[in-house]
This record gives sequence, C-alpha cells and structure tokens, in this order.
Amino acid sequence: MALWARQASRWCHLLKAACAAEFPGRLRGCSSTAQACHGFAPWALLPSPNGALLWRLQAHRHVSVGGCSPPDSAKDGSFSSPESNLPSPVKQEQAKAETLPDLNAKTLYEDWDDVPPSSALEEISEEEAVQIIAEPLLPLQSSTLRDYVDHSETLAKLVHLGVDLSQVEKRQKAGQLLLTLDFEKDIRKILLFLKDVGVEDNQLGPFLTKNPYILGEDLEALETRVAYLKSKKFGKAEIAQMVSRAPYLLLFSVERLDNRLGFFKNELDLSVKKTKDLVIRLPRLLTGKLEPVKENLQVCQIELGFQRNEIQQIVFKTPKILTASKKRLRQTFDYLHNIMGLPHHMLTRFPQVFNSKLLRIKERHMFLTFLGRAQYDPAQPSYISLDQLVSLPDEVFCTEIAKASIQDFEKFLKTL
Amino acid sequence: APGRPPRQHVRFLPAPDGGDGGATGLVAARVPVLAEHPLVRGPRFRRLKIGAGHRLDVKASGVFVLGIGDGNRLLTDLYNCHLTKVYTVGGLFGKATDDFSDTGKLVEKTTFDHITREKLERILAVIQGTNHKALLMHSNIDMKTQKAYELAVKGLIRPMGKSPPIITAIRCLQFALPEFQLEIHCLHETQQYLRKTVHEIGLELKSSAVCTQVRRIRDGVFTLDDALLRTQWNLQSIQNAIGDCQLKVKTELEKTL
Repeated sequence: MALWARQASRWCHLLKAACAAEFPGRLRGCSSTAQACHGFAPWALLPSPNGALLWRLQAHRHVSVGGCSPPDSAKDGSFSSPESNLPSPVKQEQAKAETLPDLNAKTLYEDWDDVPPSSALEEISEEEAVQIIAEPLLPLQSSTLRDYVDHSETLAKLVHLGVDLSQVEKRQKAGQLLLTLDFEKDIRKILLFLKDVGVEDNQLGPFLTKNPYILGEDLEALETRVAYLKSKKFGKAEIAQMVSRAPYLLLFSVERLDNRLGFFKNELDLSVKKTKDLVIRLPRLLTGKLEPVKENLQVCQIELGFQRNEIQQIVFKTPKILTASKKRLRQTFDYLHNIMGLPHHMLTRFPQVFNSKLLRIKERHMFLTFLGRAQYDPAQPSYISLDQLVSLPDEVFCTEIAKASIQDFEKFLKTL
Repeated sequence: APGRPPRQHVRFLPAPDGGDGGATGLVAARVPVLAEHPLVRGPRFRRLKIGAGHRLDVKASGVFVLGIGDGNRLLTDLYNCHLTKVYTVGGLFGKATDDFSDTGKLVEKTTFDHITREKLERILAVIQGTNHKALLMHSNIDMKTQKAYELAVKGLIRPMGKSPPIITAIRCLQFALPEFQLEIHCLHETQQYLRKTVHEIGLELKSSAVCTQVRRIRDGVFTLDDALLRTQWNLQSIQNAIGDCQLKVKTELEKTL
C-alpha cells in the first residue's frame, strides 16, 4: 500500500509540473487525462521514471475501456486516502502476465507486490461512483475555437477582454497560435506592453481581433520598434494613435518601417514633418502594399493631368486618395471634370470630392441643374462650394444649398 | 425574435476565499457556456433569401420588386397574374445605333425636321392597334361569347400564359424635337424590346431614333410611391413598405386566382 502511495505521489508531481496553468488541476475525469496524455505524448521520450509514464498510459488504457478507475480519483489534488478507494480483489491471473513487454501495463507490477488494476466490470461502492466524472473527450482537430473555449483559461480570458473569436478563427493559423499560448506566461506581458504604448483598455479586444499574431511576437522586437518610432520623434500619443488605427504596424521590422517612411518622403517630395503628419493621420499607408500607391500617383499625374505640386497638396489634404481604387478615381474625375465642368485648380482646392461616392455627387449635381442652381465658380453669384456639396447630410443640403424640400429631392430622385 | 439565452453548465471553481491551498476549496457554480457567447459563435444571421420579380436590365431604372424569405412564393403567384407594367421611355431623333440606345456604336445619322407630333401619334395608334389584335389572339378567349364581351368591357382580357411581348397602350407624353417621351403599358416584355420599338418608330417616321431612358413606373400593384430610395434601404423602411403593400398584393391575388 505504501508503494502505491509512493507511485501516486511521484506521478502527481510530474503531472503538476507539466500541467502549469493550461489545464488547471480541478476535478476532471477522463477527459483531462486523455488530453494530458495527448498533449504530453512527447513526454514519452523524456527520461521520466518508468513507473510514472506507464502509470499514465495505464490510466489512459482504463479511460479507453470506458470505466471508472482508481487512478482517476487518485489524480485529484487531494491525496486524502487513495488507498481507501482501491478495489479490493486481487486478480491472480495478472501475475502471470508479467513477462509481456513494453506498453503492457502488467510490467508495472514488477514493482508492486500486491495491487493489480481493476477491471471495468467490477462493482464499486457508492462514494466512488459519485466521484466519477465522465466528460466527453475534446476533439483533436476542429475548425472552430468553440469546442475549446470552455476548457481553456486563455481563450476564456480573451473572450472576457473582448476578442471576437469567431473572426480570429477565420484567419490562417491564428486559432492554433492562441491555443498554444498561455495567458499568464506570454499574453499578459504583451498586453501590458500594449497598454504601455497607449492602447486603451476597451480597444484591446478589437485590436487583438484584427491582429492576433502580435501575441506570438517577441517582446524585445516590439520594444525595439517602438523605440525606433520614438527616435524618429513621434510623440507618445501619436504612436498610440497610429498603433490603434493600424494594428499591424508593430509586426513590421525596423528596416521595413524605415524603407516605407523613406519611400513616402521621396515619392511625394514632402518635408520630414509633413510626411510624419501624413503617416500619423493615415497609418494604413505604412502597413499596406506600395505598388498600388505608386500606380495611383502615376494615374493622378498622367491620366488626370495634375501637376506635381497639385498632387502634393491633394495628398496632404486627403491621404486616402493614395489607397483609393483607380477605377473609381477615374470615373469620379471624369464626371467632375467633363460633365460638371470643374477645372483642375478647383479640384485641388477641394480634394474631398474624390473621397465621396460618385452616385451622391451625380444625384446632387443633377438636382441642382434641374433647379438651375449648379454654380461652382466662386466669381459668380449664388456659388456653391464643393465641400458643402459632398459633405453635408441630405436635409441640410436640401434646405440650405438647394433651397428646396426633401420631398422634392426624393421625387426628383425617383425620376432619374 | 431575440435569441434564446445561453445554456448553462455546472463548473467547479476555486472557492473565493482561497481555501487552504490545493483544491480542497472547490465550489459548484452554474455558469453560462462560453461556446455560446456572441463573440465566440459569431453573428446569428448570415444570409437572407432574396428573390427578384420582373427583370430590369443595367441601363434601365425604376420599380424593382424583391421578395424576402417566404415572400418568394408570392413572387411566383404575382408572375402568374400577368399584370401590365408601365414604362416611361425617352427617345432622341436623328441617330441610329447598333443596340438601339444612346451609348452604342453609331450606325447612321438622319434629319428629323419633318417630324411633327401628329405624325408620331398616328404611328403610335397603328402600333396600338396591331398589338391589340395580338392581345386578343393570345388571350385564347372565343370572341363570340357573352363572357368575352363582359371581360372586354371591364378591360380584363389578357393572355394568361406565355406570349410574345404585347403593348396594351402607348401614348406620347412630351414632344420637343429632337427629344420625345412615351408612356408604354406592356406585358411580357424586356427593356431591349422597348428600345427596339423606339428604333422602329424612328424608321416608320422615315428618320431614326435611339432610346435614352427606360424607366418602369409601375409593376402590377407596385408604383413609384411605394418604391424605396437608396437612402431608405434600412430595416425600418423595408418593414413599413412590406406592411403597406401586403393588403394590395392579397386583394390582387384573390381577384385573379
């Protein structure tokens, strides 16, 4: 009996050491056993004491048989009296099977004199029956994180933070990464780092939903990148803003960030201060691809016919034009220049029109022409400025600019 | 309808006062299953079944009937009612293109000064007459019966099965050379057929015409007033619109079937 207790305690130490916080030592039954076995299959290769390993495997065998077994109750944190839970009858025939090799659990009993395992069909007392918890096994492969979220503390804590797991599991390898990480050891450090950088508490959830890969990054690398940004004289609040709006920013290495900043400075011929201002307002520029930006600049220069200094002004006012789609740019410009008759310098003064929807511009312009109020030249009376044309909501537009009611506008729209 | 509340299950959690180390201080608690948390299971509704009524092609605009979910069954019933549709067709004299609209490749240019409103209306009357004969023929009713007479008086004669496009009424709304606008009531048509009709009107008048605009103002029981604008494409307006039209659709279906 003492031997039994010794084995039990040895095994338990090993399990506790290995378990950490991944699967907390609670009253778990067969499920955690099986999981532990699968999770620690590599342990088979470690030089663990023979007895302990085989014990675990034997426990696993019992699990697969599907019955209750004393090792289960012994695995509880409490070692109150494992001996009392053992079954009484000693099977004589098992002594003969001692000669069988390797994974056969009978080899265990070379160590022990008297305690054979029980079979599934034995009768047990009421207390043992009550202590059995037979939960279904966790699936080994799954395409959603839903199966694991109840059993993993990491995932549960992430859900409480606000991370949208249904979005994360659609990304490549992000779900796998989250399952292998541990909240206390890895994730906590990175969350504290993000808070240091300046991301708000309620923003952490959406941030991690968009960029779960940051949890697998090395903390020193992240700190180097933030130090680099600070060395380029970005203020702390500005860095916080950039990181919140472009979650992938901190995944880029220092050389890449440097390259991109240099690229924008050269392409647009802007001063350092203006480039920094641009990047702070639209940090997506640093995380997106560079070829579309180059192509957009070419389109602006060659097809739309803007001069270099005009392009600089437009980009400084509305950086989104660099990431807009070329087809939409061309269509909008075509309508504005050819049909509405706006010259280039007007468009340079009000580049917001390129950002708004073409249909909106069309509808409002047609309404104004119908009313005879389509006057975009500042020299003439009753002039309508372009930014008011696009940015005002419908009601204000109708009453202030077109001096008509909304019902008239809607009726006119129905005639288009 | 709001979703059902998440399932709950019993978990054994460590006692709040920490206990005396180990796992002796375990407490059974009923907690909701995390797998049914909205952040884990995702949005409840991911798809909607939407079906379209009579087709409207890319260059045309106007009333377009859509059915959502169970409303798709009503769409088939409405199709079998064979109700007329009303279009406003705008045309331009003097040009002819290969696809009969003003964005196509130019085929010929002609003069149009000789066209007057009466000539146009004469042509329209001819068209209406031929189409009326086709209407009577395709509706498969014996013209010599009393029942046919009564239906004709009420204006309810129409083909109740497949038929080629038929124009039941056509009139001129505006005439300002070279532009003109027609209102056409028709059955089983496509917008391209209407453009072709405009082209043929031009040919009849010894000139040529292209179609600049095709707009459906009425589709059976649905008129422009019931239609929702792009700014009104939100849940509340859609629900209101469905409620308003329900009664009309029901009466029409009962009348016909």
